[in-house]
Amino acid sequence: MNKPLVNEYGSKEKLIVATAPLCGCFGCHMSLLDIDERILQLVELVEFDRSPITDIKDIGKCDIGLIEGGVANVHNVEDLREFRNNCDILVAVGACAVNGGVPAMRNQFDIKECLEEAYILGIGIENPHVPNDVEIPLLLDKVHPIHEVVRVDYFLPGCPPSADTFWKFLTDLINGNTIDFPYSLIHYD
Amino acid sequence: MNTENTFRLDGKDIPFKKGDTIMDAALRAGEYIPHLCHNPEFKPHGSCRLCVVDVNGRHQASCTLPAEAGMEVDNSSDAIRQRRELLLQMLFVEGNHTCPACEKSGACQLQAVAYYIGMLSPHLTHFFPKRSIDASHPDIVFYHNRCILCGLCVRASEQVDRKSVFAISGRGIDSKLVFNSPDGKLGGSELEFTDKAVEVCPVGAIMPKHLGYETPVGQRLYDTKPISVVGDVAAHSKPEKPFISDKSHE
Ligand code: SF4
Ligand code: SF4
Repeated sequence: MNKPLVNEYGSKEKLIVATAPLCGCFGCHMSLLDIDERILQLVELVEFDRSPITDIKDIGKCDIGLIEGGVANVHNVEDLREFRNNCDILVAVGACAVNGGVPAMRNQFDIKECLEEAYILGIGIENPHVPNDVEIPLLLDKVHPIHEVVRVDYFLPGCPPSADTFWKFLTDLINGNTIDFPYSLIHYD
Repeated sequence: MNTENTFRLDGKDIPFKKGDTIMDAALRAGEYIPHLCHNPEFKPHGSCRLCVVDVNGRHQASCTLPAEAGMEVDNSSDAIRQRRELLLQMLFVEGNHTCPACEKSGACQLQAVAYYIGMLSPHLTHFFPKRSIDASHPDIVFYHNRCILCGLCVRASEQVDRKSVFAISGRGIDSKLVFNSPDGKLGGSELEFTDKAVEVCPVGAIMPKHLGYETPVGQRLYDTKPISVVGDVAAHSKPEKPFISDKSHE
């Protein structure tokens, strides 16, 4: 049993949830929205802080942080550390956050090979050059799952985790139940 | 029941015959012990260690340990589950298992055992080793990324196909499967699509060409029922001939 995040009198203010997309495809965020009308129940219990859903850019103190995507560039590292510093509970959501996922397939190649293939040698490229604007975050040499950068409290596998997985996880967590996924909710694809 | 030829597995009496391992007797009695490198058709290999059980206070591989009367075998405690989870996590971080981009997903034994054990993350630091793909064979692609070195193809090729196409070479993280052919490529070997060696691979390492993603999500081998009910990959895989067969290498 975890400690319930809402006490029995319901007197705690709404739980604060933040979400971040790092190096992913936004599929996990779409899957969260796929809980459909249950979102109305969810907003009774939680309030969203920084998230692409609210478009709030700066994170405050949060109860739960949901991270989609792996760590592929220096911005991802900064965002992830900021989330860890501000969230009591940090959750790796989806294959990319859990093990690097499809973006980590580039780990088979050197960064130079990746950039050259994308911007110089690829088919149909005009004005071949590797972009070097200072605004563009520097790529890391490898894409990492988030637990290789910060401590992670919970993992939600799936590409993406289904809406039911999100729902089961969030309701169990909020109600202080042990997170115990049935067979149908554990998958890596 | 005659206790002279039974042992206890999670409190149940399991009969055994002379020469049985714990795995043999358990499988015959319909008790599932998670495993990857074991296939009842072949001599035990004892390499994946996933069938670890606690026997009278010691951790042992049930596929190689001969059954003895009166043994107390623990196959289901949380300590054993955790040990198996760690072994699985080591297998996952040692390779490159991108399940969302793998044609075997949903019908893969490594994945199915991990689901059964309840593994939610690989937990450890990934090696991300650089591993190649060998697509030189007309009907088969070989993914070193996904090979767990269970040695089943080695045993099948040697003992059933009588070709000895595969062997395991190297040490530690550099261990890999090598192919018996003049140029070291799979295409130059005697491997044929209908070989037993192709059928027994529990993961997505030895894959048929031209057949990817045939089964819809939801209908794949382990989509709805766990491996303890469904059984091993090898028990279900009878490779069909691929649609196109370019015999140009012959
Ligand atoms: S072989 Fe199995 S575990 Fe590995 S990537 Fe393919 S489906 Fe996933
Ligand atoms: S190719 Fe398949 S059967 Fe052969 S050792 Fe690797 S995982 Fe085992």
